[in-house]
Amino acid sequence: MAMSFENTGNGEWTLNVTGYSCPHPQMYTKKALQKIASGEVLTLLFDNPSSGESIASMCEAEGNDLIDRQEQDGNFVWKIRKV
Amino acid sequence: MNVKAGTLQEAGWMQLNRQKIYPAGILLAVAVGSLWALSIDTRFLYLLVYVWFGVIYGLFLQYGRFCMAAAVRDLFAVKVPRMAVGMMIAVGLYALAAAAVTLTGHNTFHAHALGWHVLVGGLVFGFGFVFTGGCASGSLYKTGEGNLNSALVIFSISFSQALVVTAGGWLDALAPSAWAESAAAKGMPDELSVTQGWFDMFTAGYIWDRKGATLAEMLGMGEPGMTAIFINTFVNAIFPVLIILVALYFFYYRKSYLRKTAKTAPTLADELGGLWHMCISSKNTAIAGVGLGIFAGLHMWVTGVLREHYNIFNFGELLSAMGYNNGLSIDGSVFDPGYWYITTQEAQWGGWVLENLGFEMRDNVFFGLENGLPNPLLNAPGFMSIGIILGAAVLALARREFKWKMPTVETATFAIVGGILMGIGARLAMGCNIGAFFATVTNGDPSGWIFLIGMVGGGYVGVKVFTYWMDWKMARDGGCGL
Repeated sequence: MAMSFENTGNGEWTLNVTGYSCPHPQMYTKKALQKIASGEVLTLLFDNPSSGESIASMCEAEGNDLIDRQEQDGNFVWKIRKV
Repeated sequence: MNVKAGTLQEAGWMQLNRQKIYPAGILLAVAVGSLWALSIDTRFLYLLVYVWFGVIYGLFLQYGRFCMAAAVRDLFAVKVPRMAVGMMIAVGLYALAAAAVTLTGHNTFHAHALGWHVLVGGLVFGFGFVFTGGCASGSLYKTGEGNLNSALVIFSISFSQALVVTAGGWLDALAPSAWAESAAAKGMPDELSVTQGWFDMFTAGYIWDRKGATLAEMLGMGEPGMTAIFINTFVNAIFPVLIILVALYFFYYRKSYLRKTAKTAPTLADELGGLWHMCISSKNTAIAGVGLGIFAGLHMWVTGVLREHYNIFNFGELLSAMGYNNGLSIDGSVFDPGYWYITTQEAQWGGWVLENLGFEMRDNVFFGLENGLPNPLLNAPGFMSIGIILGAAVLALARREFKWKMPTVETATFAIVGGILMGIGARLAMGCNIGAFFATVTNGDPSGWIFLIGMVGGGYVGVKVFTYWMDWKMARDGGCGL
């Protein structure tokens, strides 16, 4: 499965890195957060639990808001609002 | 309605299976397997200690998403110190636990030979693990989460090591004549052919000529008295850990902490508060670090007590007494570190498979003399690795994080190539991030810090290469929007 990054409109973006292990999800997330504008929301889909820890720490360090965290059977859907 | 209700009931049952019954089933299987082994011979207790400590390590590793590759890689790739902090907490706790074990007289650790090979091995290993997505133990626990890329990494590490230690032919040119001469002078049995095979010459002609010593021994303190324990524990481990934690705070955490807490003129108390906050910012990781440190020390103590109980120095003696002589080395031993270790038993798995495919695998120092080549069912440290996979699977299933993840061509290539590099690095350094770093620095052996320097250097270069590749790939694919 290839990574995808899409603008879904109304200041919302979706990054799908499902199927990827470390360090892909956190590195793509970093690039996606650099790409979107302040106040916009990134919906992140991934299935590598350890990447979640790194992404949460990255958000904390950069001040981005992790506004929603959903998880179902190893699939994670997180929403991050860029500060 | 009835069909829908039935479907929902079935889905609920499936969920219950995955979350409760499967983990309980795994633990029950390990328990039944343990009882079966004891029913054959109670001396298998020695092997079972490895199994159950492996399960405990797996539980903690999965709980804290504890991976030493992330400790290095995430610092450079995304500037996140989470795992580096967790690793330092584990080192500190293991050092204290190891000191306590030393006081009881049951410390099983032996210092590693110090030389350029530790640095070079660390570099190659650190470069490789950026691409595999996990260190030696991290790949095991991620396999327990259902990640088959990580299983491929273990496969790759196993066979690359087995091939590295037995390879000969043109590779022998890698060994300087001084190694061959020194190896020949050791008077080893002809069946080991120590002057053939570059790794044999490297081991017998280079490694054996170097001494391994703890810091206290280097300073002339032979006996493990209180001063020696203080030097090995605090000077070699705790003080460097504190220095690294302070450096991580200033370079990776302080700025965001002061911004969040709105401190414009921080006092010393504020800085110490920030340091503490950094250590507990990922509670899972910090708890895993504490748990792994304590249980790694406890593991060493339990093995030491059992060795005393059975009056043995190595598991090979017990295997021989139980009538299992087939996998022993020529001096009757097998690999049995007595503490947490990963890569050597994986090399044995690869070597055992190749031997059963008809290859000669014992005419060398690594398998023939130092580690043996036991059947995986009798490989005690090998069961520790399997225990890590099972322990991680238990928790991943219970937390609903277990998911079969199939490799793609891209991820499989990274797993295989990175795993080969990790295997080569581990053999050059005589261990991985656990055996050559975690177990060494915590037991007073400074060679582990040299390995860490190499691992960090390799990780830094690896992240640069990985980033270059990622940018190239995105440009090739039209940017992917990124």
